Amino acid sequence: MSAPGTVSVPRARHDEGANDAAVISLRGAALSYGDRSVWSGLELDVYPGDFVAVLGPNGAGKTSLVRALLGRQPLSAGTLTVLGRSPRETGREIGYIPQQAAVSAHAMLRARDLVRFGIDGQRFGPRPRTAAARRQVDEILESVGASSYADVPLSLLSGGERQRVRIAQALATDPQLLLCDEPLLSLDLHHQRAVTRLVDARRRSHGTAVVFVTHEINPVLGLVDRLLYLADGGHRVGTPEQVLTSESLSTLYGTQIDVVRTPGRIVVVGAPDGPATPAHHTHATRATDGVRP
Amino acid sequence: MTIADGIWHQIFSFDHYGELLTLVRNSLVAGAALGLVGGLAGVFVIMRDLPFAVHGISELSFAGASAALLLGTNIVAGSITGSLLAAGVIGILGTRARDRNSVIGIIMPFGLGLGVLFLALYKGRAANKFGLLTGQIVAVDTPQMAWLLSTSVVVVIALAVIWRPLAFASADPDVAEARGVPVRGLSIAFMLVLGLAVALSVQVVGALLVLSLVTTPAAAAARVTASPVLLPALSVLFAIASIEGGILLALGSSIPISPYVTTISFTIYVVCRLTGRYGTRGRGARRRSVAQPA
Repeated sequence: MSAPGTVSVPRARHDEGANDAAVISLRGAALSYGDRSVWSGLELDVYPGDFVAVLGPNGAGKTSLVRALLGRQPLSAGTLTVLGRSPRETGREIGYIPQQAAVSAHAMLRARDLVRFGIDGQRFGPRPRTAAARRQVDEILESVGASSYADVPLSLLSGGERQRVRIAQALATDPQLLLCDEPLLSLDLHHQRAVTRLVDARRRSHGTAVVFVTHEINPVLGLVDRLLYLADGGHRVGTPEQVLTSESLSTLYGTQIDVVRTPGRIVVVGAPDGPATPAHHTHATRATDGVRP
Repeated sequence: MTIADGIWHQIFSFDHYGELLTLVRNSLVAGAALGLVGGLAGVFVIMRDLPFAVHGISELSFAGASAALLLGTNIVAGSITGSLLAAGVIGILGTRARDRNSVIGIIMPFGLGLGVLFLALYKGRAANKFGLLTGQIVAVDTPQMAWLLSTSVVVVIALAVIWRPLAFASADPDVAEARGVPVRGLSIAFMLVLGLAVALSVQVVGALLVLSLVTTPAAAAARVTASPVLLPALSVLFAIASIEGGILLALGSSIPISPYVTTISFTIYVVCRLTGRYGTRGRGARRRSVAQPA
């Protein structure tokens, strides 16, 4: 899907209708909080079926980008269109998987209720509970393999189970864009694979564009078409082969970074101020993004 | 007659019960309405972790009611005014939980102090003063009844309209906001609805014990079900059982209604907690067997 060269060629103009089918289109996008510039000059097109990973250390603006895509954070410069419109108008067409632990601990909510919110939770007024809606929820839960705990309160589910339910909720409206914010956080390898497989299957079967924010590239390495690597000093857009090289990251960080490639895995060593790495890493040197022992 | 017998007779005495019953028919009707309102609002009090806010609002409601008592105006209206002011302040200033608790902690003693001031200036019957704090069987008169019932209707309709997005915003605020649910607006709207519900409950159990109607029944229901239909239904049932049971028992005694209401409501909670499946860690371990699909 993605053009192999990548820093995507800007299309004619970013006006309405001129975006072809770009699901996301960022043009000269910049974001700053007061004097602090988070990122700037961001150019990115995401097309149906694309799998774009957003990588970078904490504080590099990954979450801000997610908020911008959801229309909850205005850009300080440049333009952003989602599905050809302002991101504020596209709520229901984006399947959003937030960072974990976002469900209120006080809410007694079953897995099926969370999915149901995904279908019509935003509607005001009384709403009849129809068999059709119930069936729809059942089908979505079935499709992510969560049927066996459909009636269990979320507070009693494991992190991996909850994340399946989250995916089901995000897919409930049949979105054209799936926006996943660190969906693999605190999941073990087995559940990481399950989650990435579900997301990947969806984009292949439905052409859903995927923006996948993560600080670990390896679980999605084989699936990613393009990367957006955000760092304090700037950003890189391209295929994993282009972005994740010692040369490219050293330039980005302004210090020596070593990217070590083994079959099916990439280890980035020496990135300053990297994300907190999971405790079970085996590493003699400081190893950050993309590490997965 | 021993002292114990005397005390017992004070707590339970059912002489002339039938005649008394007709006197409190209004109270029973009002009680049902309050149970409905308290039980429904309680669901969101639990979901949004607002018990402290309920307590804070009720103190301001008490201040409003005592001001009305002093001025000789409608007590229900005074109580509602105080409630709405407090709820509005908490709703606007306390969007985040941390801020909210400090805001409540600051306005609550102020409200209570005002209430005490107004009562100190009031020269009327002492029972009226005490009733506002700890509840009374109000022989609800017709104008008061009209206020209570019409406010209840407003609360129930408002909740029916905002129920779904409010539940979404309460349980899953991030996704709700991403989906275009007006999370902040709903938060303030619910505080105002809660303010009305609290003001109504103050009329029956008094400002100090509102939590037993607006929190305990919903907390009990959440112990036994997570169904979005059963939870509010049980919460309402528990609240109505507490309040009507309290009125009927208090009728035969010289003791205020509130200890009866709070005891029934607490007992229901204890039973639900002991028999309920949800909300404890224990069950998590029990269902681990289904937790790992391939």
